[in-house]
Amino acid sequence: MNALIPLYVIVPLASAFIMAILGRLIKNFGKAVLILELLFLTCLTFSFILNSQGTLVYKVGGFPDTGDIPIAIYMVIDGLSKLLLLIISVVGLLTALFSSSYTREYTAERKFYVLFSLMIAGMNGIVISGDIFNIYVFLEIAAISSYILVAFGVEKHQLEASFKYQVLGCLASLMILLAIGFIYWGTGTLNIADISRQLPYSAHFVKFVSILFLVGFGLKAAIFPFHSWLPDAHSSAPSPISAMLSGVLIKAIGIYVLFRIFFSMFALSYQMSVTFTVLGTLSMVIGGLMAIGQWDFKRLLAFHSISQMGYVIVGVGIGMILLTTGGSKTIAAFSIFGGLFHMVNHSVFKGLLFLNAGSVEYATGTRDLRKLGGLAEKMPITASTSMVASFAISGIPPFNGFFSKLIIIVAAVSAQYYWVALFAVIVSIITISSFMKVQKYVFFNTPKRSYKNFRAIPLPMKFSMIIMALLCLLLSMLVLSPIRDIFITPAVDALINTLQYSAAVIG
Amino acid sequence: MIPFILCLILFLIGLYGIITQKNLIKIILGLAIMEYSVNLFLIMIGYIDGGTAPIFSEKFHISSYVDPLPQAMILTAIVIGLATTALLLAMAIRLYRKYGSFDIRKINSLKG
Repeated sequence: MNALIPLYVIVPLASAFIMAILGRLIKNFGKAVLILELLFLTCLTFSFILNSQGTLVYKVGGFPDTGDIPIAIYMVIDGLSKLLLLIISVVGLLTALFSSSYTREYTAERKFYVLFSLMIAGMNGIVISGDIFNIYVFLEIAAISSYILVAFGVEKHQLEASFKYQVLGCLASLMILLAIGFIYWGTGTLNIADISRQLPYSAHFVKFVSILFLVGFGLKAAIFPFHSWLPDAHSSAPSPISAMLSGVLIKAIGIYVLFRIFFSMFALSYQMSVTFTVLGTLSMVIGGLMAIGQWDFKRLLAFHSISQMGYVIVGVGIGMILLTTGGSKTIAAFSIFGGLFHMVNHSVFKGLLFLNAGSVEYATGTRDLRKLGGLAEKMPITASTSMVASFAISGIPPFNGFFSKLIIIVAAVSAQYYWVALFAVIVSIITISSFMKVQKYVFFNTPKRSYKNFRAIPLPMKFSMIIMALLCLLLSMLVLSPIRDIFITPAVDALINTLQYSAAVIG
Repeated sequence: MIPFILCLILFLIGLYGIITQKNLIKIILGLAIMEYSVNLFLIMIGYIDGGTAPIFSEKFHISSYVDPLPQAMILTAIVIGLATTALLLAMAIRLYRKYGSFDIRKINSLKG
């Protein structure tokens, strides 16, 4: 099984280059290759999840360790990586299907698929990398292709959003590179597992580097004080790309790396966990409040991404606090499970909502809520799937969002963080109200004017929306313990047993 | 110690440029300066006074050599920096064609 790990990077990277060369000659080559590639990655991920246990390591180049100093570049797959790989390949596959008919209007359609594939390669690379500098390199691959994809329509607002995203993204990358420099200075190694053994636990050094990493990856993940680029970039991008950015990219290049660094690389510290929880609560509340006043469909969804990522961070942050203060390990596991479960759910329902917004924009040519209305009869599938996604994001049973929010709130109450639980409930109510607004203005109001140039939605777009809506319903099965043990429990174990990572990787 | 302080000053000059300048090109220059300062910092980590290139052979017997790993990292970082700077400049040119200006106060179609 270990020899298959590099395929996660090789397959998307190779197919990106093949697409760029052969796509000129053969029509629709890029679409077909991208979909096949993601189908392959999905099957590979399922086989990894079902057939392998524990931590798998692949050493690039096959250099043997000298003593116990790792020399080769490590690729590591553990429970958390498997969960992220599953999100990337499944949401990526459905989004690729959606974009196969959405992108017809672009003149440089071929390049869209090349960049999409490069973005997948970058995200997969981050998730399987066991080496901190490799994470930086793959992060730049994913980020640069996402900068271009945001500006893909080369309209005024897209270019502006992309420029803003790029300036802040470059700043974040520089912070990360600086932190990597400091890490290398302090420990003399770049391997995450080795760093966690070598790190001189001089408190000041760790605190300084932690803050650099928090700023860098916080900017990529759009946690509260660093969120200003997200509403612009995610609302201006082409809709399938918005779904990828909100559903997958901010998790793979932001949240995942933060968890990996603060759980597996540094020893958990009380201050960092409190910072995490506070920032999570703030982004939850502020993202929710800022979303209320929005009239642009996709901008409203983008603000909700900030708020929902707040839930994920709060869930995991409470778990971190309990682990550092020596609280109950069961509640910590429960809380972290809630956070990771919400991350999976968010990628599905927010992806679906952005695809809905995309198909509304495709059909009517506008995404201003005040100009829309009465689409429930004209677009029954979009209307019903977006109803499912709205229920899921606002936490109405039996959809998946209800269970993950409930778990986070119950965990916060049983850990006696009543304020956090209260804020989570309030933000959930705010979310319901703003999605009632979306449903009313887009699908149920009587239209102000008849739609000119109304276009019917092609079959692949309908298909991927229906599958995602079904996933919204089916993912709530993850609370049941036999299914949970297959998918999410390994990830929770990988986070909770912080000291086992380096032992499992270096051996 | 002095090289590190100069490197920090270079970093802060770049940051100042990004924060205060209103011109797109000057913001990009600020980012480039910051990037050079980070690269310089990484180079200085591996440097030893009087160190030579880390090439081992029978003839030469090297007692002190500079650490080659940061240099390899810097090569990668320089290539990545080239790509991001080129992309930023391309976007700036496109923005100039759309808005007729490099001034960020005039490029404001996104608000709220």
